Amino acid sequence: MKNFLITLIIILIPVKSFGLIEVDITRGNLNPLPVAVSPLSIDEESRKNFEKILKKKNIGSEISAIVENNLKISGLFNPLNKDAFLQEPDIANLKPRFEDWNLIKAQALITGKVSYVEEKLRVEFRLWDVLAGKEMMALAFTTVSSNWRRVGHIITDKVYERLTGERGYFDTRIIYVAEEGPKTQRVKKLAIMDQDGANNKFLTLGNELVLTPRFNPTSQMVTYLSYFRNLPRVYLLDIETGTQEVVGDFPGMTFAPRFSPDGKKIIMSFAKDGNSEIYTMDLENRIVEKITNHPSIDTSPSYSPDGKFISFNSDRSGYQQIYVMKSDGSNVKRISFGKGIYGTPVWSPRGDLIAFTKLHKGKFYIGVMRTDGSGERLLTENFYQEAPSWSPNGRVLIFYRETKTDSKGKGFSAKLWSIDLTGYNERQVPTPTDGSDPSWSSLLSN
Amino acid sequence: MKLNKILKNGFLIVVACLALSACATSKKSTGQMQGDVYTGTDTVEYLASGVPDRVFFATNESVLTTASRETLRKQAAWLRKNSKITIVLEGHADERGTREYNLALGERRANAAKDYLMTYGISSDRISVLSYGKERPVDSGSNPLAWSKNRRSVTVKAN
Repeated sequence: MKNFLITLIIILIPVKSFGLIEVDITRGNLNPLPVAVSPLSIDEESRKNFEKILKKKNIGSEISAIVENNLKISGLFNPLNKDAFLQEPDIANLKPRFEDWNLIKAQALITGKVSYVEEKLRVEFRLWDVLAGKEMMALAFTTVSSNWRRVGHIITDKVYERLTGERGYFDTRIIYVAEEGPKTQRVKKLAIMDQDGANNKFLTLGNELVLTPRFNPTSQMVTYLSYFRNLPRVYLLDIETGTQEVVGDFPGMTFAPRFSPDGKKIIMSFAKDGNSEIYTMDLENRIVEKITNHPSIDTSPSYSPDGKFISFNSDRSGYQQIYVMKSDGSNVKRISFGKGIYGTPVWSPRGDLIAFTKLHKGKFYIGVMRTDGSGERLLTENFYQEAPSWSPNGRVLIFYRETKTDSKGKGFSAKLWSIDLTGYNERQVPTPTDGSDPSWSSLLSN
Repeated sequence: MKLNKILKNGFLIVVACLALSACATSKKSTGQMQGDVYTGTDTVEYLASGVPDRVFFATNESVLTTASRETLRKQAAWLRKNSKITIVLEGHADERGTREYNLALGERRANAAKDYLMTYGISSDRISVLSYGKERPVDSGSNPLAWSKNRRSVTVKAN
């Protein structure tokens, strides 16, 4: 946990409450805002120190490259090409020449500097409204040098928040299943990486099949399904310590685990004698509660962010459909009534929407609907895709997509993709191997 | 006269069949599926002579077909003769469903086979059930025939 701590030291200048530039986030990326990210300036001594510690020639440029990439993948911003910049990075301590930035059509400008202070990395950055010629935000913080990538993500979060009015989602990680090998004998490992694909790390060796990892919204814990010793069971993994334990003492397969919003319970399915029911287990007192009671398949449970409701999928009507019930299992109501079958409901962190997978006429869709089932909107269609997971601000969905094999069974791949809630900005999330079952963490720096 | 007519018709039917199978060679899937249940033997292994190791299911179904029940009766007879053998029933689904639902469906399919073996005198202590969902297809194709081979419950010797 220690190395994730970043201390916000001072706010240099109080943030003005009126918004000058506004980014319209309701309409997707039709007109991404042109923004100039000036490389963070760095003094020669600090540069040499960081070069020695981090093996990076110029940490200032590296950090601003992260900011630039984040802004670009959000789809809401268009970072301008550095070659066109007229003013050098050393503007950090000066007022920018707004007319120069105006000339290249930048509407917002990010400047800053990085320095080596008491063996730590100190960053100051400012966000400027170019048209109005005003400062919108100024922040400084200090952290351990190895956190330099996170510095880029935190700067992006602050800028995103200031310009869109919503929380950012860049200082986050994705846990997923890394896949390799032929389709009939896939080797699967748990893997974790930063939201932008950096710092990929494998958490298991691939000796046993692992599926569906999910983050605890409140800590560095993950719950997932492992076929350890050929007994498919729900496990708990502490990412920091590597400690693993099986969840509960069930005499059969437990699967489809997810945390409650307070992180204190795991909700999952338990299959026995051909029937799958939903159970919860309290992680403190280990009390197990049965939530559903129906001779059909009840699985893929997900809590509402206030913990009062649970959505799940069931084939009690004949085919897989989405249902919502109170968290004690009462008041079960079917909410999906469109054509096709529906699965993997996941409640948005904002509470107003449920994301799902839909199969209709041989095509798979990722979509969203309101929690009463109204307002269904399909975001993307493909041969196979499923299992959406929300960014912590409820703005972006990450999911996985598999390709159709050819007549010889060749050409299979599984990749992670993300899409904006508006249905715009669909893009592949880079992973070193194939990947599936992504789950988005909450913001690391809250 | 009548016989002649039958023979004639019969001949016609044979000709029609030949024509059909000639067409079918370009698309191998016909003839190995009934409805969408796999009826071929491409992937089938044998627990003993004449005892197939697996049964197949229709899309989204866990109901045993007539052919599946026949296979399971043969397995039950073999298990009764070899009373020390214990088995794992491995339930599988095709790739056209969500991962978690398919885990449950695989479990339901394997249990359908288990229940049938039990009615033919095999004790539940000798049977364990393991669902792989869609994680272990036998055929990596993305076509109806491959999917039909993958919707299966396989009886595996555990000892």
